[in-house]
Amino acid sequence: MVVMPVSAALLLSGCAGWGGGVGGGGSNTINVLMVNNPQMVDLQKLAPEFTKETGIKVNFTVLPENDLRDKASQEFSSQAGQYDVATLSNFEIPIYAKSGWVAPMNAFTKRDKEFDQGDILEPMRKALSVDGEVYGQPFYGESSFMMYRKDVFAAKGVTMPKNPTWTQVADIAKKVDRAERGMRSICLRGQPGWGQLFAPLTTVVNTFGGTWFDKEWNAKVDDKGFTDATKFYVDLTRKHGPAGAPQAGFTECLNNMTQGNVAMWYDATSAAGSLEAASSPVKGKIGYVPAPVMKTDSSGWLFAWAWAIEQASPKKSQAWKFVSWASSKKYENLVGEELGWSKVPSGKRTSTYANPRYLKEAGAFSAATRKAIESADPNNPGVQPRPAPGIQFVTIPEFPSLGTQLSQEISSAIAGRKTVDEALGLGQDLAKDVAKPYQEREGK
Amino acid sequence: MTAATQEERTDTAPSTPSPALSKAGRWARRAPLLPALIFLIVVTQLPFIGTLIVSFMDWNAYYPNDRGFAGFGNFVTVLTDVNARKAIFVTVVLTTTVVLTSLLLGLGIALLLDRKFRGRGVVRTLMITPFLVVPVAAALLWKHALYNPEYGLFNGMLTMIFGDNAPQPDWITNNPLIAIGAAIVWQWTPFMMLILLAGLQSRPLDVVEAARIDGASPWQIFTHMTLPHLRPYLELSGLLGAIYVVQNFDHVFTITSGGLGTANLPYYIYQTFYTALDYGRASAAGVVVVLGTIIIATFALRTVLSLFQEESR
Repeated sequence: MVVMPVSAALLLSGCAGWGGGVGGGGSNTINVLMVNNPQMVDLQKLAPEFTKETGIKVNFTVLPENDLRDKASQEFSSQAGQYDVATLSNFEIPIYAKSGWVAPMNAFTKRDKEFDQGDILEPMRKALSVDGEVYGQPFYGESSFMMYRKDVFAAKGVTMPKNPTWTQVADIAKKVDRAERGMRSICLRGQPGWGQLFAPLTTVVNTFGGTWFDKEWNAKVDDKGFTDATKFYVDLTRKHGPAGAPQAGFTECLNNMTQGNVAMWYDATSAAGSLEAASSPVKGKIGYVPAPVMKTDSSGWLFAWAWAIEQASPKKSQAWKFVSWASSKKYENLVGEELGWSKVPSGKRTSTYANPRYLKEAGAFSAATRKAIESADPNNPGVQPRPAPGIQFVTIPEFPSLGTQLSQEISSAIAGRKTVDEALGLGQDLAKDVAKPYQEREGK
Repeated sequence: MTAATQEERTDTAPSTPSPALSKAGRWARRAPLLPALIFLIVVTQLPFIGTLIVSFMDWNAYYPNDRGFAGFGNFVTVLTDVNARKAIFVTVVLTTTVVLTSLLLGLGIALLLDRKFRGRGVVRTLMITPFLVVPVAAALLWKHALYNPEYGLFNGMLTMIFGDNAPQPDWITNNPLIAIGAAIVWQWTPFMMLILLAGLQSRPLDVVEAARIDGASPWQIFTHMTLPHLRPYLELSGLLGAIYVVQNFDHVFTITSGGLGTANLPYYIYQTFYTALDYGRASAAGVVVVLGTIIIATFALRTVLSLFQEESR
């Protein structure tokens, strides 16, 4: 059991070596590696349309997120050439681009007028580019915002400001606590994991003036900004969060919100689709405002599943045809007509938000989602310059491990088993270790 | 080895056929087994050797150009890293408490099930079911259906019994290790119960009957006859249980995600392998676990074996 993963990896990389550079199938077949999210499963269903149009056959390998990340890092770091296209996020793409593992796309987008690169939302394009060269095309994107119960607020005579600050949110939290039987004020993720707790928390750190690293790669985890933000987050959750907060991740908070256990929830814009679904008991009762701020103008995060072409792929032009089809306006229309407009992979194109048929389905949250995505700036999310881009994460390979380890400590602080200072003291040591090779490389 | 040489002697002694022919005969008998042997080596030994090699390498998937020989560096990191040492400690605590508790519970239930009563078959089947539940499903069940402070069964029952003002403890947050331990005990008690029940039912009843006629109390029968008889069964189930519980990953991953000080060694390895993508260090941690398990298993097996030998003497 214990040795299994390592041996599996060895076998994987071994296989990749044997298949090197060849790729499967004939010259008119491409291999696509993708995550098993619902939008991708829809795409798989609609892929015959693409084959009909272009004559290119597509072989899909569909994996859960964790397995996908593992397989993609194996595949791209060894440049095995088994896959022509893969879904990667805006965390991987800049890292892979710097290593030369993903193919640049500017030449394609310039030639392919129909694709309309200018229609792609600016923050998405930037997050998937390095030095002005695009390396990935978003399939769908999200940011974060504050969701709250309009009916509960009205009953308590509380109004949510149009652009709340975290101080205002904390005040409101005092007023709406126990507004209904068993209802607490706010759900914030407390479950350990770089993609769980630290997704919302890093955005709070940014707007409180904190950062993981400064421009010279000095770790700043025990600095004032980071400490203030973490203390605020932990206090708010301890005082006004639902019970079980140290185990609550995205799913648990979604449950809490849907079942009326909390009055506010700060999380991904993609959550709104579930809250406004026909079967949801809170459908139509929820208001959406931008992510609360302190010292910055906005603080929402930015995440996208994007298509990237492997540098080692010998079929880059066929791969581009697939990428441009899957990220196109035409594909969004196809999904809308075939599967329903609520299933459209959104959050990436300006034109989506001008489409009346989409707006009719997603009217409650579409404007707020678009605004959140448009105000996100991964290269400058805080009050100081940073050595690497990223809003809810730092785009370096070491971050998943660093974030996960520190998130376990902060989860303990939310549980009251540790102080925030203790947790961040350990985090500072971890962050220093991560920064050391970067400082050495830059000769500082 | 000894078997082979003996065989050789008996083969050559009486009719003295050519040694080459007898050798061919032996191979004819062994050859069909060769694929199985090769398969076994490929499946079990090669991955381990692979892991051993990787554990001495600097190998991070994100830095393919920095791959190289690391000496004992990974092992030093594993043994000096605060989180790794904490993980070793948690693994030891979790394994011993879980195995001992489920042994005790299993023994109690086995003693009860050993008696004859109506519907015993049904009860026995019901008692075994927790062991058949997929570990991840079991962990999810405990996390959401039972422990959840908002809609979990435990707090719901407290409200049902004590009314609206009943205490509503946050089970996992207050006692994370105990919460995880209880869920694993629930899964492993049936296993212990099954082996101990088999042991109990192999007990010669006429001797127990004789003791009872001689005036031995039930307690005396239990301590002087049942327990000594059960000893190898207790040791076997304890050993097997320990080997599996050491590897527990599902419960830690699902219930706390390794937070609140519950990360054990398998979780630590998972984290180093999948999130840090540091194959060298993850392999070193894996090798440490394997070595630890081999040492414990050797000692445990030796005691069990010595018991069997005592019995046969």
